[in-house]
Amino acid sequence: MSRYLSIYFPNLLTDRLAIRKPELKDTCYVFTMSQKNRMMVTASSRQAEKQGIHVPMVLADAKALVPDILAFDEKIDFNQKLLFRIAKWAIRYSPNVAVELPDGIVLDSTGCAHLFGGEEKYLKNILSKLEQFGYYCLGGLSDSIGTSWAIARFGHKLPIIPSGQQYNALLNLPPVALRLTQPVIERLHKLGFDKIGKFIQMPASILRRRFGTEMLSRLGQALGTEEEAFTPIIFKAPYQERLVCLEPIKTRSAIEIGIEKLLELLCKRLSKEGQGIRLADLQCYRLDGKITEIQIGTNQSTHNIKHLTKLFGLKIDKIAPGLGIELLILTASKTEQVLIEQEKLWGGNFGLEDQNLAQLLDRLAGKVGHQAIKRYIPQAHYWPERSLRQAITLDEKTEIKWQKANPRPMEMLHKPAAIKVTAPIPDYPPLSFRYKEELHWVKKADGPERIEQEWWLSQGEHRDYYILEDDKGCRYWVFRSGHYNEDTSEWFLHGFFA
Amino acid sequence: MIVEKQEILAKLRQQLLEMQGYKSLPEASGNSFGLGPIESCFPTSTFPTGTIHEFLAESPEEAAASEGFMTGLLSKLMENGRSCLWISQERKLFPPSLEIFGADPQHIIFIDLNYKKDILWVLEEALKCEGLACVIAELPDVDFAQSRRLQLVTEKSHVTGFILRKRSKSRISATACTARWAIKPYPSATINNLPGVGNPRWEINLIKVKNAEGGTFLLEWADNRFLPVESSHPVVLKEVKEKIA
Repeated sequence: MSRYLSIYFPNLLTDRLAIRKPELKDTCYVFTMSQKNRMMVTASSRQAEKQGIHVPMVLADAKALVPDILAFDEKIDFNQKLLFRIAKWAIRYSPNVAVELPDGIVLDSTGCAHLFGGEEKYLKNILSKLEQFGYYCLGGLSDSIGTSWAIARFGHKLPIIPSGQQYNALLNLPPVALRLTQPVIERLHKLGFDKIGKFIQMPASILRRRFGTEMLSRLGQALGTEEEAFTPIIFKAPYQERLVCLEPIKTRSAIEIGIEKLLELLCKRLSKEGQGIRLADLQCYRLDGKITEIQIGTNQSTHNIKHLTKLFGLKIDKIAPGLGIELLILTASKTEQVLIEQEKLWGGNFGLEDQNLAQLLDRLAGKVGHQAIKRYIPQAHYWPERSLRQAITLDEKTEIKWQKANPRPMEMLHKPAAIKVTAPIPDYPPLSFRYKEELHWVKKADGPERIEQEWWLSQGEHRDYYILEDDKGCRYWVFRSGHYNEDTSEWFLHGFFA
Repeated sequence: MIVEKQEILAKLRQQLLEMQGYKSLPEASGNSFGLGPIESCFPTSTFPTGTIHEFLAESPEEAAASEGFMTGLLSKLMENGRSCLWISQERKLFPPSLEIFGADPQHIIFIDLNYKKDILWVLEEALKCEGLACVIAELPDVDFAQSRRLQLVTEKSHVTGFILRKRSKSRISATACTARWAIKPYPSATINNLPGVGNPRWEINLIKVKNAEGGTFLLEWADNRFLPVESSHPVVLKEVKEKIA
């Protein structure tokens, strides 16, 4: 049997403002919004409600009741944002939490209450926590969303309805508690139905004829005979494990134990289904309502607990536990089919597919970051800087071959260094050059190798490359930018050959 | 009796070397590095793998020469399709050039780091990974304790490690590396003195070898292998040239 807990915030916006501005506590203030050229009250504080200021009311009327009332502009959809935030906080009480506009949230508490020592303690725990934050709230717990909603807003006795008792609980509530539309409520009012009990026993055909199908479906939803859609704010990921901590934890070793336990659970499931983790998130729900998160990635899908624990171990430093962590949630946000590890008869596979290598790179990426690890594959360009590019994956292959016809230097400067050159004849290699205050006499030379700019990529002069060897045997790669011209020719040193 | 004694002695010597961290290549692969006279410098008469070598380079020219020589060795180590890690800080190495020395740049994973302590951490972590052919680290300085630690890791995993010390400040300091090299560029020779630049040639200074004497040698890279050049004397060089021709 499902159980749903509905929480109702009668003064959501005003309570929120009082949290922000404690001096407003216990004063009369309202939120207003302009509607049809009138300033309408859209939310009022509890003190203001006691004075008789209710929604909807014109601000001028409210001022007649309380002359020194404070009015604030309401931000559009702010209550939605606020409810979403509260719902996210409430995930520690149940994995499925939904927002109920405009003023409440619903928790699917099925199978959750016993973790807190029964439904009574469960409800008390949530409500007292929210009250501590400063939100005045009411709760209702029953078998259906409809009844819980009604009890939270209109129930005056016990907030917890035992399983199967929705019918009795609804009898004394007003028809508004059924979440009906305004015309239907007005018609009910006109007919003198001030309690649900007065019409709930009427035959379905009569109710449908008088009030439409809406009435029947709402009644069914409240009684639990009709299914009601429940859309949680966060859908539970297919591979997710939760660990509720008995006591808030904040030491490294405690977090490590937590991670290991979660991984054990998760990897057991993954390995059964032949899946492995590529990306995993660990969310830590802190005592103060904040959530800290760490993420790991792997180069090869894996469900090796030891390896994954190591990867998380590298990132534990980044968790700020604050006053303590109450709940750990581990999600495998990206999974892939795992390669079956095969016992090899003739030694292991030592190429790039090697699992040891993939695990090593995962560990390195965890420590120094993914951007530090690079692999290069050739690109079909002659321009030296563009002749290679970074590979996207560890095993990416390309049909293009490295060009071998013209030698390339072992070390290449990121930015060619300007040099002074003696080159008497056009298109002949230099006789000598000066680099970093040192004169090099050229003994042997090769070239030129002309490399044109790829005009569809960038503009500029072509380069004439020469390989030079000086009197000490050091080999250099120099180029002249553009055509030979005695006055304007510019020469650069671009690399060192082995 | 004497023969037997000698055999026993040779065996014991071998055991002693193995205890000191010398591991020769498994016999099945049977490939020599083709370093010629240099290999006889080592106690096992082959280039020792599964240990740490350090290369000193003062200038970018020497660094390039060292990288060329290291890549030549790498091509042999990577022969069975293994991959290699190249760890560096401000790397200037141009990957396509590795192809000339027989190593496939696609099988090399480059790790560019900002801090020296990160390089040491990554180097140690990589040396532990048994599937790798070789790990190369550009590290300006390494002290005895650090190198000893790395050496111990390689003895367990049999991964070869090269440390390229560019512009080292404390080059005199002792390290636990198996060999200390300094590779310098050497004027190349062209066939029949034709114009142009010849094959890369290096003056190889084996400064220190554990349990053996070092020396200075000339080496050329030609046709995808090392080619020992007999003598550095210019007169003899001519003969060598003819031999190559």
